[in-house]
Amino acid sequence: MRISTSTIRLVIPAASLALLLAAVFYMQPRAMSYTGLNLLFNLAVPIALATVAQMLIMAVNDLDLSMGAFVSFCACVTATFLQASPAIGVLIFLGAIAAYAVIGIVIHVRELPSIVVTLGMSFVWGGLAVLMLPSPGGEAPGWARWLMTSRPPFVPMAIVASIVIALVTHFAIMRSSAGVLIRGVGGNVRSVERAGWSVIRIRAGTYALAGFFAVLSGIALVGLTTSADANIALRYTLLSIAGVILGGGEFVGGKVSPIGAVIGALTLTLAGSFLSFLRISPDWQIGAQGAILIVVLGLRLLLNRLEKREKSR
Amino acid sequence: MIIRKMLFASVAIACVAGPVSALADTSGKKIALSNNYAGNSWRQAMLTSWDKITKEAVSKKIVAAADPFTTAENQATEQAAQIQNMILQGYDAIVINAASPTALNGAVKEACNAGITVVSFDGIVTEPCAWRIAVDFKAMGESQVEYLAKKLPKGGNLLEIRGLAGVSVDDEIHAGIQAGVRKNPQFKIVGAVNGDWAQDVAQRAVAGILPSLPEITAVVTQGGDGYGAAQAFAAANRPTPTIVMGNREDELVWWKQQKDKNGYETMSVSIAPGVSTLAFWVAQQILDGKQVKKDLVVPFLRIDQGNLETNLAGTQKGGVANVEYSLEDAQKVISAAK
Repeated sequence: MRISTSTIRLVIPAASLALLLAAVFYMQPRAMSYTGLNLLFNLAVPIALATVAQMLIMAVNDLDLSMGAFVSFCACVTATFLQASPAIGVLIFLGAIAAYAVIGIVIHVRELPSIVVTLGMSFVWGGLAVLMLPSPGGEAPGWARWLMTSRPPFVPMAIVASIVIALVTHFAIMRSSAGVLIRGVGGNVRSVERAGWSVIRIRAGTYALAGFFAVLSGIALVGLTTSADANIALRYTLLSIAGVILGGGEFVGGKVSPIGAVIGALTLTLAGSFLSFLRISPDWQIGAQGAILIVVLGLRLLLNRLEKREKSR
Repeated sequence: MIIRKMLFASVAIACVAGPVSALADTSGKKIALSNNYAGNSWRQAMLTSWDKITKEAVSKKIVAAADPFTTAENQATEQAAQIQNMILQGYDAIVINAASPTALNGAVKEACNAGITVVSFDGIVTEPCAWRIAVDFKAMGESQVEYLAKKLPKGGNLLEIRGLAGVSVDDEIHAGIQAGVRKNPQFKIVGAVNGDWAQDVAQRAVAGILPSLPEITAVVTQGGDGYGAAQAFAAANRPTPTIVMGNREDELVWWKQQKDKNGYETMSVSIAPGVSTLAFWVAQQILDGKQVKKDLVVPFLRIDQGNLETNLAGTQKGGVANVEYSLEDAQKVISAAK
């Protein structure tokens, strides 16, 4: 029996998630219930969406350092305009998605490093968010709140949402021709170009799609928290990058895994709960979180090496 | 025989000790502290006070546990996850110093739905099911300008040092200062910087803006930034204005030095970090079945020229002038709100 490379890529994140979950259940049996699972994972839903957005950017060999600021901005729009006058809110979101496409074009045409451009944009998004909500507040639109606190039968909302996000993006990125092109730009720009495709269009489209998922992340976040502030999602920049890597993605080469990215986001969220159940002092928590990341990445390097050895044989 | 004697003895002890521990119905209850930030002297003092008072309460069997938790990165999403974890851990009450007044409402609501008492203080939450122990930050800002109006009837130019942008406390103190300036139009705010409640940040920010400013008669602050401002003025070789302090030890020491040297006069105001212990007792009282109003107000701690020395003596090195609250103080605050 042969196991494909992509399966191996998925095995480690899935196994680490299962291991963490088992540990959490052992320490806190209360978590082993409908409500418990929802409490553990509901804040992972916006992180999963942001991770998918980051994954798209990473699929074309770029990195988005403005993810956290942009999701915060979207959260502020959701809590203000989208709630008060939905039409204007939707227009702002369309504008923001278009802005993402333009960023992609600028990065491509001027051959700028994406890190620099998106770092600059993070201040723009942050500034706009503060302008909109100088002090924390706003209100979640009723439908977003309803969606995020809905109680589907048998399986909690957080799990249903994660599965839906994973499947939708899996089919969009791994099973569609557009997805092949996106990953192709990351893997080998020249061959995509020679095959007659417009790379600039692909890149703009990828950025726009990433912007779309980030918008969803902002809406989902406000649906959970009921209101927003300008700094609400700043952690998401690093969390989303860590989630992609944890889920089997690579920084270059168009190697990404949507299902892995969602699992990575869930693992990161669970790692936080795990450490807090362990009663680790907060001074050590960041370090412990880092240690978990390093262990998982180390495991993957080991598997990569085994994989290579098999191939060369 | 020996065993029988021991049995008698233990029964006797149980009879004596029994009624004492039975005073509180909360001896089996667990209280958690959810704190969003521990990176400055005020927060450190707050956690130390919590530790001191709650350890005593636990050893006296008033409550079963009072565990403090601090989030690593001062982010609302992280604190929301922390609160949801506390629900799973089965705490009976959660005391919160919140990263955001509104962004935790979803998690707070989940806690209330699970039958948990939620008490917020300092950084309060707006969710109606939670209790709030608030400081009148606006009055605190206004009191600074009122003090200056008395001390400097001629008025003059003010430099305002603000806190962390986007945080509600910063907005409220700022609003108070603005209201004060409107009432006393002889003062004019000619510049404002963000000092993030930290001396080094404040010093850098003030040093950056100073060259562009006219003569400054006074500096209004939010606490934790007065000493840095004084250093920036000294480094720029400009006369030291009246800088309102924020009860930090380094600020009080500097003030004392200046007072001894040239009779420097100012005042200092902030809220005592021990307010965490007040929140603890309020949570305990609610668990005990007492009727408590949802909105309580805690007075701020003001130091003047006269009581500087006594307050400085009671302040730890690198700490903040502090008051720890007792059960009686909490009962007083509760009855005052009725």
